[in-house]
Amino acid sequence: MRSMRNVWRRSGALALLLILIIPVLAACGGQQPAAQPTAAPAQPTAAPAQPTTAPAAQRGGRLKILYWQAVTTLNPHLATGTKDFDGATVILEPLARYNENDELVPFLAAEIPTVENGGVAADGTSVTWKIKPGLKWSDGSDFTVEDIIFTWQYCADPATACTTKAVFDPIANVEKVDDTTVKITWKEPNAYPYISFVGPNGMILQKKQFEKCIGAAASTDAACQAANLAPIGTNAWKLKEFKPGDVVIYERNPFFRDADNVFFDEVEIKGGGDATSAARAVCETEEVDFSWNLQIPKAVLEPILASGKCDPLAGGSFGVERIVVNFSNPDPALGDKRSEPDQPHPFLTDPAVRKAISLAIDRKAIAEQLYGPTGKPTCNVLVVPASVNSPNLTCERDVEAAKKLLEDAGWKLNGAVREKNGVRLVVNFQTSINPLRQSTQAIIKSNLAEIGIQVNVKAIDAAVFFGGDVGNPDTLNKFYADLQMYTNGPNSADPQQYLQGWLCSERASAANQWNGNNDGRYCNPEFDALFDQLKKELDLKKRAELAIKMNDLLVTDGAVIPLINRQTPNAKVKALKGPTFNTFDSSIWNIASWSK
Amino acid sequence: MAQYVLRRVLIAIPTLFIISVVIFAILALAPGDPLAQFALNPAIPESTRELIRIQFGLDQPWYVRYVKWLTALVRGDWGFSFSTRGPVIDLIWQRLPQTLIVVGTAYVIAVLMAIPIGVISAVKQYSVFDQVATFIAFIGFSVPSFFTGLALMLVFAINLKWFPIVYNSTLNLAGWDGIVEQVRQMTLPVTVLVVQQTAALTRFMRSSMLDNLPLDYVRTARAKGLADRMVIIRHVLRNSMIPVVTLIALGIPTIFAGAIITENLFRVNGIGQLLITSIQNSDTPVVMAITFIFACLTVVFNLIADVLYGVLDPRVRYG
Repeated sequence: MRSMRNVWRRSGALALLLILIIPVLAACGGQQPAAQPTAAPAQPTAAPAQPTTAPAAQRGGRLKILYWQAVTTLNPHLATGTKDFDGATVILEPLARYNENDELVPFLAAEIPTVENGGVAADGTSVTWKIKPGLKWSDGSDFTVEDIIFTWQYCADPATACTTKAVFDPIANVEKVDDTTVKITWKEPNAYPYISFVGPNGMILQKKQFEKCIGAAASTDAACQAANLAPIGTNAWKLKEFKPGDVVIYERNPFFRDADNVFFDEVEIKGGGDATSAARAVCETEEVDFSWNLQIPKAVLEPILASGKCDPLAGGSFGVERIVVNFSNPDPALGDKRSEPDQPHPFLTDPAVRKAISLAIDRKAIAEQLYGPTGKPTCNVLVVPASVNSPNLTCERDVEAAKKLLEDAGWKLNGAVREKNGVRLVVNFQTSINPLRQSTQAIIKSNLAEIGIQVNVKAIDAAVFFGGDVGNPDTLNKFYADLQMYTNGPNSADPQQYLQGWLCSERASAANQWNGNNDGRYCNPEFDALFDQLKKELDLKKRAELAIKMNDLLVTDGAVIPLINRQTPNAKVKALKGPTFNTFDSSIWNIASWSK
Repeated sequence: MAQYVLRRVLIAIPTLFIISVVIFAILALAPGDPLAQFALNPAIPESTRELIRIQFGLDQPWYVRYVKWLTALVRGDWGFSFSTRGPVIDLIWQRLPQTLIVVGTAYVIAVLMAIPIGVISAVKQYSVFDQVATFIAFIGFSVPSFFTGLALMLVFAINLKWFPIVYNSTLNLAGWDGIVEQVRQMTLPVTVLVVQQTAALTRFMRSSMLDNLPLDYVRTARAKGLADRMVIIRHVLRNSMIPVVTLIALGIPTIFAGAIITENLFRVNGIGQLLITSIQNSDTPVVMAITFIFACLTVVFNLIADVLYGVLDPRVRYG
């Protein structure tokens, strides 16, 4: 009897559990077909909840944007991340912005100055911008060239601590020519005239609002703190509400020059959470219209995109994932002399070893298995703008050729690892902690094992690896390893600043507090000579030719091993029109022209 | 009693001082850079980042920074956040309502559910109800919130579309629609938190009841002929509540700290989310303020719990 009661008790409990679990299971089961990317995406049966409103071009409504990082300040010059530049983009404008084809489009400027129209001095010493007449700030006051001059003064003061200071550094003076014309004079002749007041780093602040905020007051004065969170701008919307680290809501700016053609009444940028659920919010639940930077492993991203409700926007370049080769010796036995430029690496200085590594890596497998829609294999370290993407190089995997190279150079197999004169080909390979990078490390480790190079992998917290802490041994600048992997790319359509990172004079060392851009400690007089030529060359076409030459030299010399051109996609709902990918500017650079 | 409270408050001052030194030192010694995101941006060279670090005072040794922080705090200034360049205290005030609403609601629901469940489980020990409650409590205990959160999100938000996955902190709560929407968006995060907190409290309540049930005074009450319900509610429950009330009091400061994972998952702009993003961005002043306020609240509620203990249990005397 007693045992009988126990049985009843147990089964009663079981029944209760089942009741709890069944709806969950049912819902999971319902999810299966939707997750299959093979299912025909055109079936309209799968959308019961969302009755799509007729997309007749009815203006108004709120444009909802979701970032997985939240905007924390709306003053772009004090930004701490891309999200801050983008948050400011809805309000503020530079003179010109880059479009998806890496061409400049005038925003506050009336036209792009060139040598032909007389805007750019032929000797490269100055550039003259004309602004559109009759521009107004969102408070109704006039936009003047004084505001442009002020923005330069604001950031030129080191105490303001502008994040964007570097684009203002080359300026010697900004002066008013007339009410709509401003002349920028450079400290030294500049081949590329579009450095300042262009793109996300060049947005212009209102002088009236920030006048008292030059210097330390920018961050400490109460009025300036308030201004940083609510700048007055010239773009299609003005600030309605801002909760730093959470959400920004913008409303129409009635003084916008083209206010009649702005579609949305309000714009919302919500931040936080993770990239995967951000992708789901646009592609599956359609709660938002646009979502930024979906850095998600291929296996997760592809089924989400396959829902057919959204379009991924990818293209251009988010940077090139590359392996940097250490030309100096990171042996801990050297103590203070570790990874100093004057200590040559025991085997990576041998070009055969560098080329063999590059030949052995299976870029295609890394791109297809790990990156999917977020990256393409590349042989170049300079891929954007398209005019400087070298067509000359190939980097097909060839294990036999790699083995032969090593064999001919005298590196003989001893067990599984090659050696020469007692030096064994064992490399330490470091990168930041990121599942994608660790998977890439694993593929490369097995690739190199095939040709007799043993790889010891190491993963470092991203804040440490990319942080410039002089006291920390694990930064990429110190480079206490043989190989390291990360993504980098040029920040403007002109590659000069980027190519500077392989100059002998830029080698990172204790003497410059590891501040040099050349973390591989590569030094080649031939490259330096080409760079000197580039610096003096003012003709844009010849500059592009030189840049390609330099890219080819770096890659064929094995100074750096390019792997993947990363094209991290944004996503938009199908009904939203206007968003494009963008390499050198904000993802929402043309937001004023978006519609639904 | 007053003397006891006074003594405890005086002891709290050096405790808080030591806590603040330790937190500050840990934050200062931990690696990180507020501008690490720009580390590889050629437009923002290392020299610019160094300049910004100097403006933030990060070039000074940590003890100098600590003294500066403390003297500012004595004047009531919590400093400015590195990522918003606005006052830290504004950020906390802005975040507090969402945390109180979401985490606070979850806590209240958890307490209201845990006490009756715990009582019934104990009174009807080994019944079907007890078995199921125990089973669910162990699920709540052992399944981490990032899992329950993701599972609920997948089922109820993405597949069934009953609830949104993006929390909207700008709803207009004046109208009926706003309130409905607010309840809708709170459902999932609150559920995740309730599952966890109820689990712990239920077990406590149950074992505390079980401790009291076989005691002599219960038998006496029953022998007097009191109704069973009366015995449980008036006698056993009251005595069993003593340890549970202190536990509940000690749990109140954690409401302030928010729920880091749940808030982040559902994009609730609470204190927990602020804390974790500030840690990630090395925004020391914000981290310092939140952890220190949390430490103060813990000390205060510890004291309250101790005092409550004396009020509830006449056997405890303060000397």
